[in-house]
Amino acid sequence: MPRRLMPRWLRALLSSGTGLFGVIVVLLIALTALVSAFWTPFDPMISDVRGRWADPGWPHVLGTDGTGRDILSLVMAGARTTVFVAVGSGVVATGVGVALAALGALTARWMRETVAVLVDILIAFPVLMIAMMISAVWGGSLWVVVLSVGIGFGVSIARVTRPELRRVQQSDFVVAGRANGLTTGQNLVRHLLPNVAPVFIVQLSWSMAVAVLAEAGLSYLGFGATLTEASWGTLLADLQRYIGVHPLTVVWPGLAITITVLGLNLLGDALREATDPTLSHRSAQVHVPVVVA
Amino acid sequence: MTLQVRDLVIEIDGTRVVDGVSFTVEDGQRFGLIGESGSGKSLTALAILGLLPDNATASGSIRWNGVELIGMPDRELAKLRGDDIGMVFQEPRTALNPIRTVGRQIAESIRIHERVGRHQARERAIAEAERVRLPEPDTIVDRYPHQLSGGQRQRVAIAMALACRPKLLITDEPTTALDVTIQAEVLKLLLSLVSEHGMSLVFITHDLAVLAQVATHAVVLEHGHVVEQGEVAKLLSAPESPVTQALLRDATATLWRPEHGRDEHEGGAA
Repeated sequence: MPRRLMPRWLRALLSSGTGLFGVIVVLLIALTALVSAFWTPFDPMISDVRGRWADPGWPHVLGTDGTGRDILSLVMAGARTTVFVAVGSGVVATGVGVALAALGALTARWMRETVAVLVDILIAFPVLMIAMMISAVWGGSLWVVVLSVGIGFGVSIARVTRPELRRVQQSDFVVAGRANGLTTGQNLVRHLLPNVAPVFIVQLSWSMAVAVLAEAGLSYLGFGATLTEASWGTLLADLQRYIGVHPLTVVWPGLAITITVLGLNLLGDALREATDPTLSHRSAQVHVPVVVA
Repeated sequence: MTLQVRDLVIEIDGTRVVDGVSFTVEDGQRFGLIGESGSGKSLTALAILGLLPDNATASGSIRWNGVELIGMPDRELAKLRGDDIGMVFQEPRTALNPIRTVGRQIAESIRIHERVGRHQARERAIAEAERVRLPEPDTIVDRYPHQLSGGQRQRVAIAMALACRPKLLITDEPTTALDVTIQAEVLKLLLSLVSEHGMSLVFITHDLAVLAQVATHAVVLEHGHVVEQGEVAKLLSAPESPVTQALLRDATATLWRPEHGRDEHEGGAA
């Protein structure tokens, strides 16, 4: 049975235009980050004073910056930072979000209410401000970005997922699952989490996209990546000082950030639709155009 | 395999909603719990499986085959659920998980209680789908609940409850949400499966006309109390309590309802 080789949600994902775009962008970024760990056209940290501000061409495909570093190599190496921050904060946000949502929806009443209040308090803290404060006091690093964005967005994921989890928990099929002999843990894995996944995925992809922006923003301000780490944010900060003289150079890191954020968001949206079987069957239907005479 | 309920009391946030209900379901007996909504019949059924909501507590005694179920740890109860005692719910639209295929849901209790592999579970699900007379069982198992009709979904729910051949089946208004013609089909299927496997049945309904087709013995509940119990034939021929008499009037009225409905409709239109 060939149609069983690929899961239904993956087929639905790849058959939608935005989903395919998102998958390609995310794979491309991941691949670039992987390749850059072993090979870049030039060493992104070596400057070449005589080759400053080279125009795009050969051998510097995207040109060079004010110290003669190859921009393509810098953008490629910067992808590594981006992937680290996006994946890292995604993992942290998932852990914090699922744990808080589960505690706030599935436990005893006093626990649920305590967690709900805690989440409401935590959500009032401005994530980026705290990241900047921590960086200013103890010195900046990518870990500060990953943890602060991860925890901050984990809390907002929990805020959206908790009532959803509560709603699903009270639905008949969860009681029916228990009547069939599922334990609480089995019910969580088979019925509860898959049914809140659509809400969760959108939130997660959004928070990963914001993590990319936050890293770029913090690095731009000098709080995120250190000088020895290539980052689209620091690159943008470096290059925009000369935007009046060499406007084209600023485009490349800016474009990389924009496309990554767009790709992550589109992937999240498409994934939400693809995991919902009541939505995706529509794509199999033939749309009959309406002709107005 | 008898089910003995003695002085069952269920309290929700301190309010008694079931108060001293006692009945016995003998091995292979088809037993009815009848009453109007709010009479405590569904809560009684949930209490048997230990599935009461968090804010409800049960006391008294529920013995299954001599073993006390009230106060039994949830892990122990989970082994009985689906394996010894199965349950079918009222609303087939919400009783199935919308994002899992029908086959995986039918196979769910088989995989829990018998530890079979994925492929084998699918084969079993197809066999079960065939038993509840779902059309094209080998393709329907790959479909999602929203692609099925209400009657088909209720057949899936029955297949799920019966997959592990329980000795007792509890059904909570299993036909109420269905069209009248489908109701009769599902009821017939349920009865033939129950007698085929010699299961005991606890059938919950508010409709004495349905009860008369299904059960031999029944208890009548009102506001959490048993107001009458005994053979269904006797409840029909010589109802003693006002509640049973009212249920009997409702059941007879059902037979005439189409005529009634038309009269009212015409009256309203004129």
